Amino acid sequence: MRFLSKLLFIFTIMLFAGMASSSSFAKTVKVGVVLPMTGPIASFGQSAWKGVKIARSLEPTVLNGRKLKLILLDNKGDKVETANAVSRLIFDNKVSAVIGAVASGNTMSGAPIAEKAHVAMLTPASTNPLVTKGMKYISRVCFIDPFQGKVAAEYVYNNLHAKTAAVVVDMAQDYSVGLARFFMKTYRKLGGKIVARTFMQTGDVDFSAQIAVIKSHHPDVIYMPTYYQSLALFARQARQFGLKQTIMAGDGASEEALIKVGGKAVNGLTFTNHFDPKATATPLGKKFVKLYKTKYHEDPSAMAALGADAYFVMADAINRAGSTNRKKINTAVRATKDFKGVTGIITLVNGDPVKSAVIQKVENGKFVYVTTINP
Amino acid sequence: MNKTRNSLLTIAAIVVFFIFLWYASTHFNKYSIRIMNDVAIFMMLAVSYNLINGVTGQFSLEPNGFTAIGAYVSSLLTLTVAQKHAMFIIVPMIHPFDTWHLPFLAALIVGGLVTSVIAFVLAFPVFRVRGDYLAIVTLGFGIVIRVFSTNAISLTNGALGLKGISESTNLWWSWGWAVFSIIIIMRLVNSGYGRAMKAIRDDEDAAIAMGINSLKIKMIAFITSAFFEGVAGGLLAHLITTISPTLFTFFLTFNLLIIIVVGGLGSMTGSIIATVMVVWGSELLRVVDQPMHIFSITIPGVPGMRMILFSVLLIATMIFAREGIMGQREFSWNSFFNMFRARKQR
Amino acid sequence: MNFTEVIQQLVNGISLGSLYGLVAIGYTMIYGVLRLINFAHGDVMMVGTYIALFAVTTFLLPWWAAFILAMVLTAFLGIAIDTIAYKPLRKASRISSLITAIGVSFLLENLFLVLFGGVPKAFPIPKIFAGNFNVGGVILPVVNIFAPILALVFLFILLQLLHHTKYGMAMRSLSLDIETTRLMGVNVDAVISLVFAIGSALAAAGGIMWALKYPSLNPLMGILPGLKAFAAAVLGGIGDVAGAAIGGFIIGISEILVVALFPELAGYKDALAFLILILVLLFKPTGIMGKNLGGRF
Repeated sequence: MRFLSKLLFIFTIMLFAGMASSSSFAKTVKVGVVLPMTGPIASFGQSAWKGVKIARSLEPTVLNGRKLKLILLDNKGDKVETANAVSRLIFDNKVSAVIGAVASGNTMSGAPIAEKAHVAMLTPASTNPLVTKGMKYISRVCFIDPFQGKVAAEYVYNNLHAKTAAVVVDMAQDYSVGLARFFMKTYRKLGGKIVARTFMQTGDVDFSAQIAVIKSHHPDVIYMPTYYQSLALFARQARQFGLKQTIMAGDGASEEALIKVGGKAVNGLTFTNHFDPKATATPLGKKFVKLYKTKYHEDPSAMAALGADAYFVMADAINRAGSTNRKKINTAVRATKDFKGVTGIITLVNGDPVKSAVIQKVENGKFVYVTTINP
Repeated sequence: MNKTRNSLLTIAAIVVFFIFLWYASTHFNKYSIRIMNDVAIFMMLAVSYNLINGVTGQFSLEPNGFTAIGAYVSSLLTLTVAQKHAMFIIVPMIHPFDTWHLPFLAALIVGGLVTSVIAFVLAFPVFRVRGDYLAIVTLGFGIVIRVFSTNAISLTNGALGLKGISESTNLWWSWGWAVFSIIIIMRLVNSGYGRAMKAIRDDEDAAIAMGINSLKIKMIAFITSAFFEGVAGGLLAHLITTISPTLFTFFLTFNLLIIIVVGGLGSMTGSIIATVMVVWGSELLRVVDQPMHIFSITIPGVPGMRMILFSVLLIATMIFAREGIMGQREFSWNSFFNMFRARKQR
Repeated sequence: MNFTEVIQQLVNGISLGSLYGLVAIGYTMIYGVLRLINFAHGDVMMVGTYIALFAVTTFLLPWWAAFILAMVLTAFLGIAIDTIAYKPLRKASRISSLITAIGVSFLLENLFLVLFGGVPKAFPIPKIFAGNFNVGGVILPVVNIFAPILALVFLFILLQLLHHTKYGMAMRSLSLDIETTRLMGVNVDAVISLVFAIGSALAAAGGIMWALKYPSLNPLMGILPGLKAFAAAVLGGIGDVAGAAIGGFIIGISEILVVALFPELAGYKDALAFLILILVLLFKPTGIMGKNLGGRF
């Protein structure tokens, strides 16, 4: 039976591979990390993971000297994979808590599993309000979409004195749809007028048609809550075709690649964000930024900072819980109060943080801090 | 006599298997049960996918698009009216879809039927011309489904997706459907239609010369595949309880392709074995992405390595071991007993 | 829309279409000769842009040298892919090589993801491509003029090669019958390699133009243009080089016009090429150039 021997061979390899990985150390505290390390949103997962790793090298131990061991599983930005990964971490690796995932949709597919198993799941960057709604074990360290959309509208109307706006929505991102919705709501309430609304999809590279539509309506400002890839190309083409208005965006703009790809065209692009490396007020934030810079020779992105905060808040909660008991850890996570993290002072209310947002803009090829807006 | 013996043995094996399922559902941990559910759904997908690719020889890349349709249709039907009204926050759902509600099984079947209809619409122009284009049409269709589910907000809730789908899929549903689909497809393969499908695969011109209606036979294979893929999509949606346009990426299709190629194109037994190996194995292979400690040497983990290994595996299998594990052979009780008889004689 | 805007959108469409056309030529040549849909073709385009990127940023070559180098190296990549992944399967059933093609495509994407990460890389735009012309209110970025011209020049050279050289004759002969061609004393493998080399080099050229127009590179950038280019090739009549280029222009222009005329349908843009593909198969399977491949139908 040739195929039997083939089968045996493959299974033996798998067994060896399995054994090689399961060399665990005694007395470590295991925390699972679920991030998209490959797939369409891999760049966010990789940034967040950098932040988590730096945070861990700053605080490698919890509970008086017990090593905190991170088990990273790649969810490929995929829902099924996320559910499997969370399930595996909880029931197989027996982790004490889970950090992840990035995209709200992914987090929501892992959340019911953590909720039922009574394991704390702390997401660094899932901003959709529905992520924590009705959940007792799901928390996050980032602010939520309604808040960010509202902050952007207020800043645009009050500080930039823009009375009319055009909105570009990325239909493929619930993040973008949510931000645009809350921006328009607040902006109209303030007295502003939305003169044009156009759509795009993640992965689009040609915006000439959308730009033509916007151009014909002459708005004072363009609100485009999308990710940096689209923003960079949009800005280039907008400037090329003679649009000179300020482009306002959300935290999805925060990535060095925005400037690298966008070049001069993104100068003046303004956005709401979780954190600014130059405006970090907390000692922990300063330490983090310094180490990050020596290690990676660049400023940490907001995603990296949020990854770090997820780690720090989790480590702090484990210390306060005083044990590796899953329920106790969750109670401690949810009771986080005035924690001086990298992205600001974090207090969790029903799993959602109450914290400040910063406004940043691009100036001469650099991210510049503009102001901080408190809730 | 052998025939009755064999059917009895098959029934007995299925009974034993379901007793094992009962044991598993009460004794195994939730992670293992989840993986078992995955295996069942993937097995159903692999067997249906093999019907069009392996048995009929028409290269197609449809599974991600088709499972997405099944998932959306069945989820929209099982969600309660109140849930739908609460969830569609951007644009309300168009009438009358918002008022429809069906029980789980009916919703799965409707999901499968809708997928079949779409399969017909897609495949008819392709098979009428030349089968070659099926791959690119179905690949493109996966993208169209993503585009459509993102933009038709009043029907799919757009990028926000659907949440709170009832967690109806359990071991009984998933394995019940898997066994059912395997039996139906095996019966199809062993019927006159199945022989016609194989004839088309081996030499289409000769098959047509023999009087086989190649368009009809190809359509039957494709539509049957589509039905079970739609149902599998529904099962998956009711397992993970939330779906959105990015749910079923091309990676799903790629995984299934590896399964049917490694198992042996055209062999259902091979697909079943390979499903267990690949689904379970890819969980094990996660270690490739993590740092490994072998004899105190630390090899840093490279995320994404797993996908590279899979691609290489696929190419290498095609070049060096095109037969896969089973070739085109199938498991049968006769050969099973012959195996022992042959040993005794020795 | 007023007149200037219409012209503006048409110009945008033509420049986008020329990129699809360049990629489609490779698709159509390889299909014409081997009856193989080379799924990896879009990814070959991606590799071409990365080579150009590193030639400019890491090895500091002048842009023209970098572009030529990228085309040459990508041509060799095409030959290598054929030799390693497709050649052993020439005698096997057609489905085998289609499956390896998918494997190669996935391998290239993930290899580049692991090597260079998923964060987009900025493509440096040489000064001469950076400017804008303004003709009576219509804005013409230099790339938008350069890309269609380049596409037409390559098309002209290729048509000369196909119809006025021995190699061209061999290629045309191959697309009719490989075995008979072999019997005629043609070195079939060498000619197939040449087809892959030309197709891949043109994909690299298309990729570089793409990168000059949309200077953001990532390992998955080749998927959608690849698919649309294939639709263009079928629209033009698969196997027909000039048809592929024309198909590319049609798809590029219609994509731009759909968004311009129906802004609320902008989201459906990516489905358009596919819709065109289905309609062509339904009503005119031989494509607009009407070339019959000698199949059964």
